[in-house]
Amino acid sequence: MKVTVDYDLCESNAICVGIDPETFEIRDDDVMYIIDEHPDASRRAKIEEAVRRCPKQALAIIEE
Amino acid sequence: MDDSATIAVVGASTAGLAAAGSLRARGFTGRLVMIGEERFRPYDRPPLSKQFLTGQWDSDRLALPGADAPDLDVDWRLGVGATGLDAASRTIGLADGSELRCDGIVLACGASARRLPGTLGVPGIHVLRTLDDAAALRRDLESGPGRVVVVGAGFVGCEVAATCRTRNIAVTLVDPLDVPLQRVFGAAVGAVFADLHRSAGVDVRTGVGVAGFDTDASGRVSRVRLDDGTAPEATVVVVGVGAVANTSWLEGSGLKIDDGIRCDPSCVAAPGIVAVGDVLRWQNPVFDESMRVEHWDHAFASGEHAAGSLLDPANAGPLATVPWFWSDQYDRKIQFAGRIAPGDDMVVVDGSLDEHRFVALFGRAGRLVGVLGMNRPRHVIGLRPRIAEGITFADALAVFA
Ligand SMILES: Cc1cc2nc3c(=O)[nH]c(=O)nc-3n(C[C@H](O)[C@H](O)[C@H](O)COP(=O)(O)OP(=O)(O)OC[C@H]3O[C@@H](n4cnc5c(N)ncnc54)[C@H](O)[C@@H]3O)c2cc1C
Ligand code: SF4
Repeated sequence: MKVTVDYDLCESNAICVGIDPETFEIRDDDVMYIIDEHPDASRRAKIEEAVRRCPKQALAIIEE
Repeated sequence: MDDSATIAVVGASTAGLAAAGSLRARGFTGRLVMIGEERFRPYDRPPLSKQFLTGQWDSDRLALPGADAPDLDVDWRLGVGATGLDAASRTIGLADGSELRCDGIVLACGASARRLPGTLGVPGIHVLRTLDDAAALRRDLESGPGRVVVVGAGFVGCEVAATCRTRNIAVTLVDPLDVPLQRVFGAAVGAVFADLHRSAGVDVRTGVGVAGFDTDASGRVSRVRLDDGTAPEATVVVVGVGAVANTSWLEGSGLKIDDGIRCDPSCVAAPGIVAVGDVLRWQNPVFDESMRVEHWDHAFASGEHAAGSLLDPANAGPLATVPWFWSDQYDRKIQFAGRIAPGDDMVVVDGSLDEHRFVALFGRAGRLVGVLGMNRPRHVIGLRPRIAEGITFADALAVFA
C-alpha cells in the first residue's frame, strides 16, 4: 500500500501524527510529512484510523 | 444485536455518522436508521465559518465521506426531526407522526446556536450553525455590506470576523469581556487575539455589552446599540454567543437532562441508549470531571466509542479523552489540547505571544492540564497523550528547557 497526503487539504494539525508517529511527522517547518510512503502492512490499522480521523480528509491509502 | 435488530441514530452529522460507521465496522448487520432534522446528508460544520464563508469552497465540498459508503447501508430519514422519546420502550416519535421502536438508539442531536432576544426573523441578523445559516450569511456578505457587526468573540465570532476581513468587509467585533476568547484562554492569550484582529483592521470593542438592535424602515437591521452608549452601523449582524445542547425534545423521555444528556462514563444514557458528540455529558476519568465538549474530534471519538458501548455494554469502558480542537483565523492556525479553567498557571515555552507564534502550557495543582499552539502544531499533539497520562507541570516544562 501507498499512503498519500493532499497538501491542498492538509492543515498540518497533526492528528495523524498523534495516531501513528511512525508514519507521520511534523518537521521544524511545522508541516506534516509522511515518513514512509510505503509502510509495512503491520501499520495498516493505525494508518486506516488516521485516514478516518483526519479532520480535513487529506490522507488516502492507495492499494498497489 | 442480530440481523433483526434496529438501531436508530438521531442526528445525521459528524458524531452520528462516526457512530453509524463504527457500528458497521464492529459487525452490526441489522437495520440502521439515521434520522436528521436537516434535509442534508452529513456535512462538515467547521468550514461553514471558514472556507465556505470566504467563498473558497462550495457546499458540495462539505459532504462528510463515509455517508455514501455502500457498506454503511443506512435507511435515511432526512428532513424529519425526532419529536419525542420513551427511553423505557426505546420508542422514538417523529415529526411526520410515525413511531419507531428500536433495539438501540444513538442520540447525536448536537447543539444549536444560542440566539439573543428580539433577533429571530430580523432581516440581516444571523447565527451560524447550519449549512442553511451559512448560505444565508454568505449571500449577505456577497451583496457587499457596509459593515458587519459580530456579537460575541468566541471561536465562531472570531472566525467570522477573520473571514469578513479576508473578503475585505469592514467588521466590528463586540464582546462583554475584556478580550476575545477570554473565557476559553484567559486574559493574556485573549489579548493576542485582540491584537491579531486589530492588526487585520477589525474594530474590536471589548468590555461592552449589547443593549439592542435598531432597524430601518424596511425592518432590516441598521445599528447595534451598545451599553456604552455607542451604536455602530450594521448592515449585517452575526450573533456568536455560544451553543445550546438540543435536548428540549427529550423532556419526559426518562433520561437525565442537565446541560446535555447525562450518561455514565461509557456514554450510556439508559439501557440500549447512548449519547455522542456535542450533546453528550459524561464523567471524563482523565480530568475526573463531568463535561460536555463541542469539538469536531470529540464528535468523532465519542461516536466510535459509544458504538462499542451500545453493542457490548458488558465490556464498555469509559470514554477517557483529552479534548482537542483547532481554529483558523487569517494565517494563524490555533490548536489546543486539554481542559483549562480560570486561575490555571500559564507559561509560554516556545516562541512568544508578541510574534503570534507560540506554545503555551497550562498547569493546575502541579499537573499539566492544557497545551495551546498558535502556528505550532507539533507540541500540542505530542503532549496530548501525556496529559492523559498525568504528566506533572514541571516535567512538561522540562520538555522545553
Ligand atoms: C461554524 C462552526 C465552526 C466550527 N469550527 C470548528 C473547528 O474549527 N474545530 C473544531 O474542533 N470544532 C468546530 N466546530 C464544532 C463542531 O462542528 C461540532 O463539535 C460538531 O459538529 C458536533 O457534531 P455533532 O454531530 O455532535 O452535532 P451537530 O453537528 O450539531 O449535529 C447534530 C445534528 O442533529 C440534528 N438534530 C437535532 N435535533 C434533532 C432531532 N430532534 N431530530 C433529528 N435530528 C436532530 C441537527 O439538525 C444536526 O444536524 C464548529 C462548529 C460550527 C457551528
Ligand atoms: S490529520 Fe490530516 S490535516 Fe492533520 S496533519 Fe494529518 S493529514 Fe494533515
